[in-house]
Amino acid sequence: MRHRVRGRKLKRTASHRAALLKNLSAALIKAKRIKTTLAKAKELRTFVEPLITKARVGDLHSHKQIMDLIKDKDTVKELMSNVIPTVGDRPGGYTRVVKLGRRLGDAAEMAMIELVDFNEVANAKAAANKEKKSAKAESKKKKNEVEDANVVEETTSK
Amino acid sequence: MPNPKRKMSKTRRDKRRTHYKATAPSMGTCSNCGELKLTHHACSSCGYYNGRSMFIPKN
Ligand SMILES: [Zn+2]
Repeated sequence: MRHRVRGRKLKRTASHRAALLKNLSAALIKAKRIKTTLAKAKELRTFVEPLITKARVGDLHSHKQIMDLIKDKDTVKELMSNVIPTVGDRPGGYTRVVKLGRRLGDAAEMAMIELVDFNEVANAKAAANKEKKSAKAESKKKKNEVEDANVVEETTSK
Repeated sequence: MPNPKRKMSKTRRDKRRTHYKATAPSMGTCSNCGELKLTHHACSSCGYYNGRSMFIPKN
């Protein structure tokens, strides 16, 4: 029985799987957004997210632990100098997986996995919506003030 | 070892298979462009998902 056994094997041996996750995470950290199969994207989440949390510590030990997993100096450098400052103090959930439909050829379910803080398209829209909302609240406030003023005037004229 | 006594006739085989049917995928319309899209997937024509643009499609 495989009750509550976590993780996907992805039809690979342990070493093959480790190499795959290392390559996928390096690709994600460098490109910020990659397209892969849904199973790999979901499995990658459980690998990269703790990695980013670990990288936040920023001391020599955590640096070495990450180097041990990714094994690529440029990627670790990119992670430490670019990704970590942009992620800021986000409490986990650094990645987003969006389904894209099936691939031609083997009909594998494809997905896009990205670092949430690096999606300019979605973040710009969210920021614009926030601005709109606050502007709306402001105008509403002003309107209420004007109405209050009118009421005061009416009472004084009578 | 036990074995089937008789050959399964083509009719019996095919009758069983009348219940093997493909189901159509559940589709919805995109909230941004109105195009038909798979539910819980990003829109293939405009890249929108959950009311937000996730990416700009290449073509
Ligand atoms: Zn659309």
